Amino acid sequence: MSEAVAPDAMVSPAVGVPYGEKAGGPVLDFSYVGIDAILEQMRRKAMKQGFELNIMVVGQSGLGKSTLMNTLFKSKVSRKSVLATAQEKIPKTIEIKSISHDIEEKGVRMKLTVIDTPGFGDQINNENCWQPIMKFINDQYEAYLQEEININRKKRIPDSRVHCCIYFIPPTGHCLRPLDVEFMRRLSKVVNIVPVIAKADTLTLEERDFFKKKIREELRANGIDVYPQKEFDEDAEDRMINEKIREMIPFAVVGSDQEYQVNGRRLLGRKTKWGTIEVENIAHCEFAYLRDLLIRTHMQNIKDITSSIHYEMYRVRRLNENNTVVAHTPPAPLQLTSTGCNSFAMTLPPLQPSTPSISQVG
Amino acid sequence: KVECREVQTGEGARAVPLAGHVGFDSMPDQLVNKSVNHGFCFNILCVGETGLGKSTLMDTLFNTKFEGEPTQHNQPGVTLKSNTYELQESNVRLKLTVVNTVGFGDQINKEDSYKSIVEFIDAQFEAYLQEELKIKRTLHSYHDTRIHACLYFIAPTGHSLKSLDLVTMKKLDSKVNIIPIVAKSDAISKSELAKFKIKITSELVSNGVQIYQFPTDDESVAEINSTMNSHLPFAVVGSTEEVKIGNKMVKARQYPWGTVQVENENHCDFVKLREMLIRVNMEDLREQTHTRHYELYRRCKLEEMGFKDTDPDSKPFSLQETYEAKRNEFMGELQKKEEEMRQMFVQRVKEKEAELKEAEKELHEKFDRLKKLHQDEKKKLEDKKKSLDDELNMFKQKKTAAELLQNQAQQAGGSTTLKRDKERKK
Repeated sequence: MSEAVAPDAMVSPAVGVPYGEKAGGPVLDFSYVGIDAILEQMRRKAMKQGFELNIMVVGQSGLGKSTLMNTLFKSKVSRKSVLATAQEKIPKTIEIKSISHDIEEKGVRMKLTVIDTPGFGDQINNENCWQPIMKFINDQYEAYLQEEININRKKRIPDSRVHCCIYFIPPTGHCLRPLDVEFMRRLSKVVNIVPVIAKADTLTLEERDFFKKKIREELRANGIDVYPQKEFDEDAEDRMINEKIREMIPFAVVGSDQEYQVNGRRLLGRKTKWGTIEVENIAHCEFAYLRDLLIRTHMQNIKDITSSIHYEMYRVRRLNENNTVVAHTPPAPLQLTSTGCNSFAMTLPPLQPSTPSISQVG
Repeated sequence: KVECREVQTGEGARAVPLAGHVGFDSMPDQLVNKSVNHGFCFNILCVGETGLGKSTLMDTLFNTKFEGEPTQHNQPGVTLKSNTYELQESNVRLKLTVVNTVGFGDQINKEDSYKSIVEFIDAQFEAYLQEELKIKRTLHSYHDTRIHACLYFIAPTGHSLKSLDLVTMKKLDSKVNIIPIVAKSDAISKSELAKFKIKITSELVSNGVQIYQFPTDDESVAEINSTMNSHLPFAVVGSTEEVKIGNKMVKARQYPWGTVQVENENHCDFVKLREMLIRVNMEDLREQTHTRHYELYRRCKLEEMGFKDTDPDSKPFSLQETYEAKRNEFMGELQKKEEEMRQMFVQRVKEKEAELKEAEKELHEKFDRLKKLHQDEKKKLEDKKKSLDDELNMFKQKKTAAELLQNQAQQAGGSTTLKRDKERKK
């Protein structure tokens, strides 16, 4: 029938050299095929479809999660949970609040979903407080999987999978708490975790550096792989960029949605008696790095890792748990070999009888 | 123990204005960069009779010399030959696969010509489906071989479509994006060409053949696409030879009466084809293949295998459960077949054994017979020997008796009686 041949030698159309300019007319590039127009086509398609991003924020109350989200996206995407009465002060449950917004910038439309987890780590006994969060994340994977295995599938499966989980570390200045370690250890296996030091304006630069070093050591010691994970670096260039980022995490951030006048410009900041902290000034805090990482440079990468690695791992696990291997012991003398259970194929494995022994007959 | 309460704020997301520059307008760039690093692939299928200039047109479209010699006309059936090439233009790497139908239209009986084409297209869908259904899959790095565009070459008769063309296109229109083109269109005059195009379009419509329509929903390309839609089928001329016209070298075909320039829009629709196929709609062709044709194939294939989406009264079936049920069914059948084979084997061995036993018995009998024969012979010989011995004994007795008498006679008479005895004896 047909044979697919391995790619032949690189055949490259020569770049056009302008001909006969004597007439002074337009120079036509005759050997230009136009393959690179596909980039423009892709861009158009992406602009039309829009993008989706789902961020989860996890941390104890009062660490400034909502404020940081509002600062990141320069709009009120997250409502601060203000607990009024004493009864409401200690919530008995962890809620998972998922709010979606449509935002647009320069023609690019994005559906941003911020998933808040008020109540996390607020109880006296915080055992298993990561469970509802893990369940939520796995539920999103499950929903996507169910859609994917439908016979009649939607043209574009709505993506509610959590792409990124920002974990807020309280600025104690010493080391990670057991709760932090436990949580990050478990969740780094199912979702991209970006740890940040919250309210970093309470740390001096030396304290901050010491704290960060301590945190990095502890993460390494516990085998916690936070984003950008080392094993998913694609090539040397990637690794170089990501190494620089890895040396800086966790980012020490300060959030603010209030503007102040600094040096004649209106900037986001926090005004105190001893000075004004500019949020977007990298000399003051590392908010700008976080923003660049999450939004301007690595957003696509975060989504890719979620869909092609975390989701696939979930899928493998899920499909394997239903797939109990039936040990097929055929009666002697015929021996049938079956293909390994990695294959979900719809076709029958081929029959391969081995040579039987005559002595057993009769 | 902590409980969890999930709170979702309704279906519709509310639009929120931004107070400053956030920076996610770089998303399309990030996406494009990722695709550039990954590379693209595009697969074209050329269907048409031998000698209509398919290979030449591919060479002309992509500005390279792709492959070998033209095929012979004596193929017994239609086979599909596919070749993959890596092209690069500026920073875009394209893995282009060109599939050619070899021997199409050459046979005397062409009833089955379309079958190998349909089988090939289905095989590519099947390969993708298999990969998608795997437990451990690598869709990210999978080399997509599904056909994105099918260029159907129509012979420039100037009259109408051949029935082979209609039948083949009808079979292919739900499986692949068909772009019909009139090949070697320099054989038709301009007025004949206009009539030919109208005839072809009306025949396609009246036979319900769905050819690919360039998309008109995106404003930036809607206008050009709808204009091009009205020019289908494109009348093309292909050539890799260059001819000097004025002070430029252009791709053309030179005749004694003039030169047909490939890239001159007054001469043929080559530029339109290139524009539509590559520069404007390549991505849309790929998307249509994936979201329409592949999904249709997948749906049909899965339904055929007995998978269902949801049962109205019970919970939705999971693909896994249905698979398990099917698997058990198959295993059961397998076991049954295995049992049958075993039975047959045992039967055969028994028969053979019986045969061998028969043969053994026969041999024994033969042996017995021979033995008996041998014994009889032996007995006969012994009898003979015995009688011979008896005779010998009698002879000996007679001899001794005679000698005794002789001795007596010798003792009584003289030598003369001895002589007489001797004479008597003689």
